Amino acid sequence: MSTQNLKIAIVIVCLLALLVLVPMGNSFVVLLATRAMAFAILAMSLDILLGFTGLASLGQAAYFGVGAYLTAYLANYYGFGLKWDFWLMIPIGMAVGGALAALFGLFAIRATGTYFLMITLALGQCVWGLAYRWNSVTGGDNGITLKGGRPQFGIDLTNDINFFYLTFAFFAATLFALYVLIRSPFGKSLLGIRERELRMRILGYNVWLHKYIAFIIAGAFGGLSGVIWAHANGIVTPETVVLTTSVDALLMTVLGGAGTLVGGAIGSAIVFGLREYVSTLVPWWQYVLGGVYVLTILYLPSGLMGIPERVRQWRNSQKKRETTKMTTAPSSH
Amino acid sequence: MNTQFWVVQAFNGVSYGALLFLVGAGLSLIFGVMRIVNLSHGSYFLLGGYVALSVIWITGSWALSIPIAVIAIALVGLVMERLFLRPEGRAKNIRDALIALGIALIIRLSLGRLLPQMIPGQIGNIVQVTLVVAIIAVPIYLVLQRISAVAIEADTLRQVLMTVGFAFLFQQAALDLWSGNPFDISPPPALTQSVSLGGMSFPLYRLFMIVGALVIGILLWLAMEKTRMGAMVRATVDDAQMARGVGIDTNKISMFIFALGAGMAALGGVIGGAFLGVYPGLDFEMLPIAFAVVIIGGMGSLGGAAIGALLVGLADNFGKALFPELAYFTLYAPMVLILALKPTGLFGRD
Repeated sequence: MSTQNLKIAIVIVCLLALLVLVPMGNSFVVLLATRAMAFAILAMSLDILLGFTGLASLGQAAYFGVGAYLTAYLANYYGFGLKWDFWLMIPIGMAVGGALAALFGLFAIRATGTYFLMITLALGQCVWGLAYRWNSVTGGDNGITLKGGRPQFGIDLTNDINFFYLTFAFFAATLFALYVLIRSPFGKSLLGIRERELRMRILGYNVWLHKYIAFIIAGAFGGLSGVIWAHANGIVTPETVVLTTSVDALLMTVLGGAGTLVGGAIGSAIVFGLREYVSTLVPWWQYVLGGVYVLTILYLPSGLMGIPERVRQWRNSQKKRETTKMTTAPSSH
Repeated sequence: MNTQFWVVQAFNGVSYGALLFLVGAGLSLIFGVMRIVNLSHGSYFLLGGYVALSVIWITGSWALSIPIAVIAIALVGLVMERLFLRPEGRAKNIRDALIALGIALIIRLSLGRLLPQMIPGQIGNIVQVTLVVAIIAVPIYLVLQRISAVAIEADTLRQVLMTVGFAFLFQQAALDLWSGNPFDISPPPALTQSVSLGGMSFPLYRLFMIVGALVIGILLWLAMEKTRMGAMVRATVDDAQMARGVGIDTNKISMFIFALGAGMAALGGVIGGAFLGVYPGLDFEMLPIAFAVVIIGGMGSLGGAAIGALLVGLADNFGKALFPELAYFTLYAPMVLILALKPTGLFGRD
């Protein structure tokens, strides 16, 4: 149990370091960290499906997009969510994300493997199609610009550093909530489903319901990340719900390490860093991004978080080889 | 909404379906034979269009651009399949060498950006860049040789992410080679006329597309049903392990099918370039539509791909004409329903 406590301590130290260091950076760094954290919530929500339930979803951007579009729409047309009622926007965004997942889950949960990938892709494309073409609501290709800016209610969120603190709070809260979830008996049964679905079914677990609830929870946190993203970005376009956004979230989770929660956050930081920082340096930044995709898949089966474990295994195998050498050496004489 | 509207829309839908058949059939066969979900299929479509453009700019011949684009992209697909998706034996060393060179090139170019005073010239002369890249690549190659790569044959998620990575690489390469400007591929004047029939005029080019797709579809069908090679492909789709057991070289089959699929997507890119255009981003626009075709028809079935292409082409055209605000929704909602009710698609076997 002490290694577990050590890991928690490391995560807390890292979080505190972020909290202290990022506001000391320039405005570019603050905004980059804010956006990466908002997206990290999406990546962690996807990890609940991918890492802890074994469901690879290609449509997680749908919940993200719904949360973001709803926030932008209500703010622009009704002025809702720009004062203290911003705090209402959070549960509303989560409820809408969860409700959409509850609807989509009815279609998707029965499918497995490739078919689950395909059906979540199709569901995500449905949402994208509406965002792209339903001009009267979504603004079509141009999207919705949040004209009212960020919420102000005593705390001035138009200040980037204040908004960073808010995003950080939601990021940390999500990390904590999802950690509690995966440590709960429910989370343990999800792990059981990931490992041996048939055995769980034979043991009498309602596998469908477990998956369905996990799907809804992931959707709810996807909605939450969308609400924050809308304000972090200032504009919501069909790019928010496009297929590559879902794929990005998947890559972040796999790059950091699926089934570790913090892996998604690390992956998000790396991909955002690459995309927003490298693209200011060189025009060919997409080679770097594509390269990261290919190298992650080929050489990091358990992600960055899995590297210590891999090194340990490698060392053990080296040791074994040495001991076998020592034991076989005298006999050969 | 007179008959003319319905006829014209149906005609446009069918001709768009003909184009989609070229893209979808290859994707469907690749999935059927290799169980690989290939997200760089849209890139083959786009690259096909770009290669054809280059051929037209150099030689001025549209007819020549088609076979060259098809062969070039089929080779790209072949290399991708041999080196990255199913590497065996020596191919793994070549893959490692390619990756090492790629990383070395990125490091060299970054050095030029970050420390221009250290290495003279932005890109410098080619000899110098090649030398530096080669020197950096050697240690990377040696390290890669010691790390065992993960096999991705049985893991759909890893295939998806790897092929998306390639799609990004192709996208950037296309941007570097052909700039970000949108282009059109203009077909020869003989094909740009219209035929009038019953008081309505039909563009000859779209008729050509329908006939072309029909011919290719029938040829493929004959090849699949009547030849020994086709029988081996069908056996591999049904049960790859059993096919291997009775002595079919499924390795060769999958190589052949991957090249064929990539080539067909490129053909679609050349032909579609006349009315869709050729522009950055077209790859990720075509990709989900191609998946809709494959899913609706059923993965691994040629006839299914034809029906799926026709349905998607019609749904797309009528959707855009009748419910413009719901246009793409009317395309993907049926895909969801079919997946939920009959996951193997309308004509899939499983």
